Amino acid sequence: MTTLTRTLKGMPPTAVFGVAIITIYVLVAIFAPMLAPYSERAVVGGQYLQWSAEHWLGTDNLGRDMLSRLIFGARNTLAIAFFATALAFAIGTVAGLLAATLGGMVDQALSRFVDIIMAVPGLIFILLLLTIFGTGVGTLIAVIAILDSTRVFRLARAVALGIVAMDFVEAARVRGEGLLWIMRREILPNAAAPLVAEFGMRFCFVFLTIASLSFLGLGIQPPLADWGSMVRENATLITFGDITPLLPAAAIALITVAVNFVVDWILHKVSGIKD
Amino acid sequence: MTQITRLVLQRLALGFVTLLIVSVLIFWSVELLPGDAAQEILGQSATPETVTALRHHLGLDQPPMTRYAHWLQGITHGDFGTSIANGRPVLQLITGRLGNTLFLAAFAGIIAVPLALMLGIMAALLRNSFFDRAAGIFTLTAISFPEFFVAYILTLFLSVKLGLFPSISNITPSTDLAERVYRSFLPALALTLAITAHIMRMTRAALINLFSLPYIEMARLKGASPGRVVMVHALRNALAPIVNVVVLNLAYLITGVVIVEVVFVYPGVGRLLVDSVSKRDLPVVQAICLIVSITYILLNLFADIVSIVSNPRLMHAK
Repeated sequence: MTTLTRTLKGMPPTAVFGVAIITIYVLVAIFAPMLAPYSERAVVGGQYLQWSAEHWLGTDNLGRDMLSRLIFGARNTLAIAFFATALAFAIGTVAGLLAATLGGMVDQALSRFVDIIMAVPGLIFILLLLTIFGTGVGTLIAVIAILDSTRVFRLARAVALGIVAMDFVEAARVRGEGLLWIMRREILPNAAAPLVAEFGMRFCFVFLTIASLSFLGLGIQPPLADWGSMVRENATLITFGDITPLLPAAAIALITVAVNFVVDWILHKVSGIKD
Repeated sequence: MTQITRLVLQRLALGFVTLLIVSVLIFWSVELLPGDAAQEILGQSATPETVTALRHHLGLDQPPMTRYAHWLQGITHGDFGTSIANGRPVLQLITGRLGNTLFLAAFAGIIAVPLALMLGIMAALLRNSFFDRAAGIFTLTAISFPEFFVAYILTLFLSVKLGLFPSISNITPSTDLAERVYRSFLPALALTLAITAHIMRMTRAALINLFSLPYIEMARLKGASPGRVVMVHALRNALAPIVNVVVLNLAYLITGVVIVEVVFVYPGVGRLLVDSVSKRDLPVVQAICLIVSITYILLNLFADIVSIVSNPRLMHAK
């Protein structure tokens, strides 16, 4: 407990801000059905209604309540980005640890494969795959997770290579422990810190990618509320000087800034670099 | 053969192999389609006979290697096939738009690169000053913003409130240069903001890394002016990482441009790509992906070669 309070005291204001924002977002996402005044799908009034006591942020292009969609959007957008990142980490970490532990042909094959994937710009690759498999939440999560796992792979492999060379791994091998046991009990705990920081960064990246794809109409599909597509659907309002469509965009920006601030601070702590 | 030539040749060969493999990857991605292109084109109206006929017409009954060779040969002659959506040659759809996109990317690059380098050098020199800290928070915030957010904020203020620039970049082949610059100013500015933050952060990091090296301290101690230390001593060694950063961001421009083009209804390749993805028009998507990937790989190759050639340690044979 004392270390926790000491850590919290040493936090720079940016990190405190980041943690606070992330907490609020997660709470909103969890309690969305209780917080939102209306359903995310229900048409509750005319199109593009102004802000009022009844509809705090007005209504959207189909007459759905903006505030409710913004709240449910937190749930959909965050959950999908989180699953995609988690899946990317599961694939990338397992493959990376395997490559580092087994070495030789397995390492060569996996590493060269990742090199090739990374030679193509990410968004372009995603668009190509979405053309082939069609758009949908499942496809979206799978495609992004697989492409993003290449970056996790590189980090996990690099970190694990240093650990594999340690005596305690050798000792476990001599003892006759199995491959999975060594990966899970000897290597993974020692590689956890850099992977956690990377998780935050990858989450931001995945989150922005999904928001961008949804904005392009190729990500999360209607009638699910989602911040990226909310911006696109109501963008015409901006030309009339109405800032409502910018609110979901601001919500995206705010959480990304918050996560980046926290990651920045964790990186400083972990690496001991002063910059 | 000197060490530099050997390294450069190695890198070129590797780049060529990468290009070839990526082209195979893009070609083969079609094979992942449930069914095949013939079925996809015919959709609901497909009967076994029409599918077979179309498959023969498209050459889908040939072995994959033959088809790949044919496809590659066509591309080297500028034949990217025909669009499924409207039956026009893909090349015809792309050419004009590619020019527009390159114009936009170049426009943003010309403003962003010098600006970002200057700011990055300043931040590194004035390390931990108020300017440096403010710039740090500002750039971290800027890179966290989705491009469309930046683009719409610019539209709201510069176009809707102040009426300085058009919110839609209506560009036709007959638009003259001055008008073109004026109409594409907002998209270029949105892109500039996105990449300036990245280049600036990385330039600063590269320089600060260098400043901690003993030879820079030596230069300071012997009384060289701060300007001379930066321009003569530090920058030459920082050149490779900085060129890398700049090229990486120019490569990023090619994908960042997609969103910005959609926001400003700019007639470029990015918007065509998005439209084609939603129509599942594979030949067009493949062609654009190939062109973008080639540009990306060539830019990275260029950065690698610059960093090999500019490395002072490789200048003298051992």
